[in-house]
Amino acid sequence: MRVLKSLLASAALATGLAGAAMAEDKTKVGFIYVGPVGDGGWTYEHDQGRKAVEAAFGDKVETVYVESVSESNAEGPITQMALSGADLIFTTSFGFMDATLAVAEKFPNVKFEHATGYKQSDNVSVYSARFYEGRAVQGHIAGKMTKSNIIGYIASFPIPEVIRGINSAYIHAKKVNPDVQFKIIWAYTWFDPAKEADAAKALIEQGADVILQHTDSTAPQAAAKEAGNVVTFGQASDMSEYAPFPRVSSIIDDWAPYYVARTKAVMDGTWESVSTWDGIGAGMVGIGEISDAVPADVKAEAEALRDALASGEYHAFTGPLNKQDGTPWLADGETAADYGDDGLAGMSFYVEGIEAEIPSN
Amino acid sequence: MDLGQINPLLLLASLMVAATPILLAAIGEAVVEKSGVLNLGVEGMMITGAVVGFAFGVNTGAPSIGFVAAAFAGAALSMLFGVLVLYLKSNQVATGLGLTLFGLGLSALIGKPYEGIKAPTMAKWEIPLLSDIPVLGPIMFRHDPMVYVSLIIVALTWYVLTRTRAGLILRGVGENHNAAHALGYKVIRVRLMAIAFGGACAGMGGAYISLVRVPQWVEGMTAGAGWIALAIVVFASWRPWRVLLGAYLFGGISVLQLNLQAAGVPIPVEILAMSPYLITILVLVVISLRGNHGAPGSLGREFHATH
Repeated sequence: MRVLKSLLASAALATGLAGAAMAEDKTKVGFIYVGPVGDGGWTYEHDQGRKAVEAAFGDKVETVYVESVSESNAEGPITQMALSGADLIFTTSFGFMDATLAVAEKFPNVKFEHATGYKQSDNVSVYSARFYEGRAVQGHIAGKMTKSNIIGYIASFPIPEVIRGINSAYIHAKKVNPDVQFKIIWAYTWFDPAKEADAAKALIEQGADVILQHTDSTAPQAAAKEAGNVVTFGQASDMSEYAPFPRVSSIIDDWAPYYVARTKAVMDGTWESVSTWDGIGAGMVGIGEISDAVPADVKAEAEALRDALASGEYHAFTGPLNKQDGTPWLADGETAADYGDDGLAGMSFYVEGIEAEIPSN
Repeated sequence: MDLGQINPLLLLASLMVAATPILLAAIGEAVVEKSGVLNLGVEGMMITGAVVGFAFGVNTGAPSIGFVAAAFAGAALSMLFGVLVLYLKSNQVATGLGLTLFGLGLSALIGKPYEGIKAPTMAKWEIPLLSDIPVLGPIMFRHDPMVYVSLIIVALTWYVLTRTRAGLILRGVGENHNAAHALGYKVIRVRLMAIAFGGACAGMGGAYISLVRVPQWVEGMTAGAGWIALAIVVFASWRPWRVLLGAYLFGGISVLQLNLQAAGVPIPVEILAMSPYLITILVLVVISLRGNHGAPGSLGREFHATH
């Protein structure tokens, strides 16, 4: 269904834009979204970035987007967008990686930007945010606030970004609460409110009183609200409509400055393929207001942690840390490298203490 | 692993909640297909029902009014399909797909002002006496009214289809529309009514997601439930009780697999994740191995009245 929707949407896009291609002086920026712009989370924030590009450049820019594009059939919509004369295309989900590279090869004059991936080429930049820094703050609050010592985690797909998040949250929850246990559910979807709600309910029924989510909709928040005594965190977007409780804080993705800067680079002719990975310090990851439902001392600690991560004084993955099987990963005081064998970019293992297995992708 | 963490009572209760949207949509579609029409617009009617039901529920504060409005919205949308297919003789598959696309777009438009709003809570019905039965009581008799309504609809559908003259006519129209026409039955009128019923059921199924199961409005929130309902109708060989079985199996295993994951059962997650689809299809196919369970004879075929 999604395939059809996106195919039709891109067909409509192609015909609708044939006329607009006349206006050559306008820079055309395209966006490929994995969910609907109204998801209240991940895609919503990317679309805020698109709007920021429009606001920054006004008449000089034209933006187009296709929403709810299936990860397994992304080549069609991306090709359509390139054919319709886009100068710069942002593909905003991990699963668009190979499709983006394949299309980029056919359109060497179009610039591509792929979010959260790791494959770069001459006309494909990669960009991502260090969400795991935000997860560290969440883990701290979660470890302090849980009474049952069971923290539920709704994961999406077993990719490095999600695994980093689980590890970071676990490390920091464990640090403040040695008895903490993580229950992880893989939903195998980025966006399916009913399934996300079911997953949240299953975790709550099994005793979780804190729910962390790495899926895009606000459904788990609603499930927690109904349960009454369960803490949640906004994911990708502030989800402030559920504040001050159950949502006690959030990770906010702020893509706007990056999108504006990259569009500017295309306009100026200075665009180059780069790899960007920014965190709290650069403002790409924001920590949403920690609500008063969190005790004042915990809030102060969490804010101190946030500031230390932002300044670079503290790294979310600092040794001593072992891998799940007990083999040493980081020595005392050592911090994780971004790339390389056991680097963060390709992380495919849990840290010691997590009782679960990562599904093979 | 600790299976003791899974509370079977809570599990069975959430099973019924998870299955109800698909059940409603599937039973409606079963009737439509029994009348010889294939409406692939279930997803579109569901999502429209979800947003309209939510809007009315929020504005009136009464979820029951939301469900009624959702039924009307689904039926209204299905009439669009009915007119195109039955009077203008458009292709059923293409029109149905078009209806889904239209419904998704329309619902996103209607739903904009309702994002992030909390739904009014639906009171649970505790059926007197029965709900106090130990063990069974809380599972079976402490649900929101729509769970019972959906079960009653299944029972009524079965009764009407198999035990009444009206049902016989509807099936006749579906099996051979030319013969039914020759006997003087109003093929188009019967089909229109069946399509409206299917639309109303799909609308209520969608509203159940936005008003009870999630409960909030999120764009695209049915996320394919309509397609599952369509598949269940086929695998249930168009029989109401099997539709019920299929929907509860699918809903049940979907919820069970999430619980098993949370409990850390040592079964690969990818197998758990595919189990709802696999087991539902397997069970329904095995049941249907014997006997004649073919599709209605005129399913999907265009009807030209010959005088």
